[in-house]
Amino acid sequence: MQFMLLFSRQGKLRLQKWYVPLSDKEKKKITRELVQTVLARKPKMCSFLEWRDLKIVYKRYASLYFCCAIEDQDNELITLEIIHRYVELLDKYFGSVCELDIIFNFEKAYFILDEFLLGGEVQETSKKNVLKAIEQADLLQEVCVLATCTGGGRFSPSSTRGGSALCNLWSGACIAQRGISGAAPSPHPQFLLATSEGALELLCSSIAVAHPQNCSFV
Amino acid sequence: MSDVVERTLSALPGLLGQHDLGAGPGGGPGRFSATSRLGGLIRSITALSSKHEEEKLIQQEQTNLKATVSAPTTTLRLMKECMVRLIYCEMLGYESSFGYIHAIKLAQQGNLLEKRVGYLAVSLFLHENHELLLLLVNTVVKDLQSTNLVEVCMALTVVSQIFPREMIPAVLPLIEDKLQHSKEIIRRKAVQALYKFYLIAPNQVQHIHDKFRKALCDRDVGVMAASLHVYLQMIKKNASGYKDLTESFVTILKQVVGGKLPIDFNYHSVPAPWLQIQLLRILGLLGKDDPRTSELMYGVLDESLRRAEINHNITYAILFECVQTIYTICPKSDLLEKAAKCIGKFVLSPKINLKYLGLKALTYVIQQDPNLALQHQMTIIECLDHPDPIIKRETLELLYRITNGQNVTVIVEKMLDYLRQSKEEYTIINLTGKIAELAEKYAPDNGWFIQTMNAVFSVGGDVMHPDIPNNFLRLLAEGFDDEKEDEQLRLYAVQSYLSLLEEEDTFYPQKFLQVMSWVLGEYSYLTNDGDPEVTITRLHRLLKQTFVTSETKAWIMTAITKMSSRLSCSKTVDKLIQEFSTSLDTCIRQYAFELKHLCENKELMKKLLPLDASCDEIMVDASLSFLDGFVAEGLSCGAAPYKPHHQRQEEKLSQEKALNFEPYGLSFTSSMSSSGFTGRQSPAGLSLGSDMSGNSAEIGQKETNCLKLDGVRKLWGKEGYLPKKENKTGKEDKTQPVPLDSILIGHVVDPPLMQSEQQVVSLSEEEKEKQQLASTLFVGLGSNSTMSLMGRADTINQKLKKKSKISESQNSEEASSFQNIATLPFSPLPDTTPNNKENFQGNEHLGLRKVSLSPSEVLETSVSFDTSQSLTEAGLDEKLSNCRLSTSSLFADRNIEVFQPPQNVPDIVASKAPLSLCLPEELAGHPHSEIVELCSCDILTVYSCKVWTDDCSLLVLFVANNSTSPLKTVNLVFESTEHFKIFESLSYHFPVIEAQSIERCQKCVQLEKVCTEGILSGSISYHLDTDTHLEFSLTFSLSDFIRPMKITTEDFGRLWLSFSNDVKQNINMSPSQGSLSIALNALKQKLKLHIVEIIGNEGIAACQLLPSIPCLLHCRTHARTLALWFRSSCSALPDSLLYQCQKMMAES
Repeated sequence: MQFMLLFSRQGKLRLQKWYVPLSDKEKKKITRELVQTVLARKPKMCSFLEWRDLKIVYKRYASLYFCCAIEDQDNELITLEIIHRYVELLDKYFGSVCELDIIFNFEKAYFILDEFLLGGEVQETSKKNVLKAIEQADLLQEVCVLATCTGGGRFSPSSTRGGSALCNLWSGACIAQRGISGAAPSPHPQFLLATSEGALELLCSSIAVAHPQNCSFV
Repeated sequence: MSDVVERTLSALPGLLGQHDLGAGPGGGPGRFSATSRLGGLIRSITALSSKHEEEKLIQQEQTNLKATVSAPTTTLRLMKECMVRLIYCEMLGYESSFGYIHAIKLAQQGNLLEKRVGYLAVSLFLHENHELLLLLVNTVVKDLQSTNLVEVCMALTVVSQIFPREMIPAVLPLIEDKLQHSKEIIRRKAVQALYKFYLIAPNQVQHIHDKFRKALCDRDVGVMAASLHVYLQMIKKNASGYKDLTESFVTILKQVVGGKLPIDFNYHSVPAPWLQIQLLRILGLLGKDDPRTSELMYGVLDESLRRAEINHNITYAILFECVQTIYTICPKSDLLEKAAKCIGKFVLSPKINLKYLGLKALTYVIQQDPNLALQHQMTIIECLDHPDPIIKRETLELLYRITNGQNVTVIVEKMLDYLRQSKEEYTIINLTGKIAELAEKYAPDNGWFIQTMNAVFSVGGDVMHPDIPNNFLRLLAEGFDDEKEDEQLRLYAVQSYLSLLEEEDTFYPQKFLQVMSWVLGEYSYLTNDGDPEVTITRLHRLLKQTFVTSETKAWIMTAITKMSSRLSCSKTVDKLIQEFSTSLDTCIRQYAFELKHLCENKELMKKLLPLDASCDEIMVDASLSFLDGFVAEGLSCGAAPYKPHHQRQEEKLSQEKALNFEPYGLSFTSSMSSSGFTGRQSPAGLSLGSDMSGNSAEIGQKETNCLKLDGVRKLWGKEGYLPKKENKTGKEDKTQPVPLDSILIGHVVDPPLMQSEQQVVSLSEEEKEKQQLASTLFVGLGSNSTMSLMGRADTINQKLKKKSKISESQNSEEASSFQNIATLPFSPLPDTTPNNKENFQGNEHLGLRKVSLSPSEVLETSVSFDTSQSLTEAGLDEKLSNCRLSTSSLFADRNIEVFQPPQNVPDIVASKAPLSLCLPEELAGHPHSEIVELCSCDILTVYSCKVWTDDCSLLVLFVANNSTSPLKTVNLVFESTEHFKIFESLSYHFPVIEAQSIERCQKCVQLEKVCTEGILSGSISYHLDTDTHLEFSLTFSLSDFIRPMKITTEDFGRLWLSFSNDVKQNINMSPSQGSLSIALNALKQKLKLHIVEIIGNEGIAACQLLPSIPCLLHCRTHARTLALWFRSSCSALPDSLLYQCQKMMAES
């Protein structure tokens, strides 16, 4: 794949990812031309376009156009399904995604895209795996945010080892959760420790890396 | 259980997000955070109504951001936010390059969250070749070594997106290590990163090919799938290297198709479709033209076809790939049948996307199976009128593949229809090319061909490929085998252009006008009815139009010039001359003056502009040797000798620096332009274009262009002046065409098509029409017809044959025209021409023979700059020549056999000559030319042979007495010429020549005045009953007097600096001449140079003009050009040598 563009019905660009090195001027020109061409097409028309020496595969979801450029020998239909898979991923992540999600959280949309497509090739075809990777990274950063925001007490690097810090972390999350939405309490922290060791390890180390001196939990 | 955890984990960010901590995390209803600055920015921008306001707002935002990011107090968290806003600005199209460096910093310094945004910003802002990217390398290296998985993941992600090629070695070992990582996500990303490296620098990852194999066998599907990307690329490049993996790929595909993969990889209940497609593609590449490998995959392909049955896009995607693979590998009949059925499913599908792919598949397979097109002909017809232009386009592509001589008119008409409607440049270029190709290949008649090409020119005018008009004109000029047919084609073209130009104020693209004016100029004489005056008037009218560019005007002027050479006088021409003699456009004014002068000398004009001579090659004496007299006169009157620009510069430099350590300057390529000996690009047949730095190039070109202009002053222009303009007649490919105007080619439309344009027809009639159209379109297709695929191939072959014939005739034409030209300026008597011809041939043969004999080495060793050395070698030489004696006499015999004397020579001579026409022993060892007949009568025949000894050129003349009585007082007298000096005396007296015997005389000839070629004429007289006088002449070329000069590189450098006369020139090399050493060796053989040294693409060689005028050559290859630089102590020598080189390169 050469590039992927997301734009609205009004022709506003929402996302752009280029897998081939092009100058800014060229990118702008291509975007302008393509948006024009695609928007001019009638809804019943073919989803494929021949454009310069490339094939354009596009699909419209609600008010948003997803548009990919592929080479001539590539399979158009599977590209269409790549778009669809990406939409599915966005949908799953945001929960019935809409254009506004992508406008305001475009960096997330980029992160998801980067987990799904890498360097123009499909990286991971399993939906579960993509989302898992995104969530792992997200979880980490949210924890960091939480840690800095609720700050106050001291957090020593040594205490990050083992389960205690994690328990703290987890209960903090639970409290936050209860305080806001009054949802049901979480599963037992110990259980968590036992099953997803890898993720916890990640959490701990990242906390340690991010806020070694001033990090505390409720 | 783990599912529960998974869910909880995934719920976490959403829950946390409700805190709304400013970053606007996903999930929940509060996800469009209004409080964050980004949110504010987005909202205010959406609220704006005009582009202008948006610009203002963004500008303001950017100023804020600039201040914030460069402030030292900005926290990383704030920086992260700024980056997100910057990304947004960039997406809106506002460049924010001030933030790039901060994005890199953020990636380097931030914590995980910030780092992630930093990396993202870097990957969005920068491109592969951005210089700032180097600053990222260290961060990437650090993160790759991190114990934190997320950091490693980020680093690998960014590496797979953008990484500077030259820094790959810095991270390669780290990434290789990651291939053994315990986490599959890391392994996967590592493979992907290596794939990226393979794409940008394949050599760097060559050593890890076995690691890719390991990745292919990875227990994780994701890692295996990632490795397939690499394999697809590698197999694309070199399929034979991976045949052993075929079975593995087949097994994997079998497992995938059989649903053995984890259910996660299913997509709409189809198992891992991406993987399947990737594998199918790899199999296709592996099985191509390889029956044994193909054998392995038939089973799994069959299964894939069978399994893909659910009616969903994704199965169609797999089916499409399957079909393509089946048609790519070695065919198997039952699979092909199934695939054909599949294509039917696509083509007949109501879904437009599938229909498109069906057409694409048909286009792909049509060449193997034209019957398929017949099966779907009705669908194809429908698609031809489809409202979606893309479908139409693909259908035309399909039709293009099935075009043959019978359906070409219909198909081309359809293509032209489409072409007229399309606006997109790329489509126009593509389609005009295809139409022109089809028209050239399959044109049913002349009228159709010309009309079609007219349409192509008028529609594609501004953008089409320059080859199209060039090829068209060449076709017209060179024609086919049938001279009559050619004439008709030209006549038709002339007539159609005349009628096109009849209407006033119609607008045509520039290229079309140029084509028209060339054709009219060349061939308008073919029309009998049309008054040339009318044609000239029409062209004249064009000259006054404003839309005609000055380049096109030059074409038109040339056409008028050509035409007026056939008129005794013309009012329009006179008017035109008057009008444009004062034109502000110097080019046009120049043409007007040229025309004026030519009109005054009709005789010259006719000679210069011969009828229908566009295919004749014109040889240009680029060395301008004919001006030597003029130069000499100037010099004798005290004029300073001309020094080329670079030399003057060098001298100036050396004066300044006092010491010049460089043997020769670097300004080598600066003042050179490519010479035009590239052969037959131009229909006008003018292939000149030497813009030499030597003196007065302009005159030479004018000479060839037959336009001798006023003053002599202009000759001495430094480099510029108008030589390029002269070339225009020859060059076609640099026009700027202008928007189109369609010329309908109404009468070409076939009856059924005419009907289809009338909308008021009943449905059933429409059906009928379609049937008709189908019958016209698919005629000549299918197995029952003789004109199927094979037929097409045949016609192609035919064309090729035609072409080759053309080139043959071309060659002979070239040769003869060259001879004519070579002899023209020198020979006053027309009857000397045949002799020259023979001589010319003789030279050619000599070249051949010399190669086989390779006496050049002897020459080289014996001819030396050092006299003492040559003395010592003389003895050796003698020995050598003795050993060679037998072979050379053998050759001498053969020569005669090969060289049958012309018919008018009595048979006796032919049979007698072989016995006695031998060079004396002392000469036979030296390289020599063929023995050729110079002149003859019943009584006596004169043969000549040139012998090139080390220190002189000998002319050996044999006089054979054919009569039965002895001849007495045979006198041989050479005419004295300024070019040659004949030693001892100009005459030779044979006291008596016995009956049926041969006498011999030899003369040493020296080149007195440097010239490229000169004629030595003389006469022989004898007395038998009456006095008889026979005249003869023979050509000597410069190369007859050139000998290798054996010097060392040091000597060369010293000599180089001491010589002041030099000439530089670029010559285009044909591919066969290839490298420098080949070219130089060819020169060495033909010109008898001594190659001093070759280093890389530069080489130096030396030779001397007898008796001892040295000339040095420096040459350098540069892409397809050979830059030659001669220096000598004699002023005329470099020029002449250069000319010889050019001639030689053009010949070979």
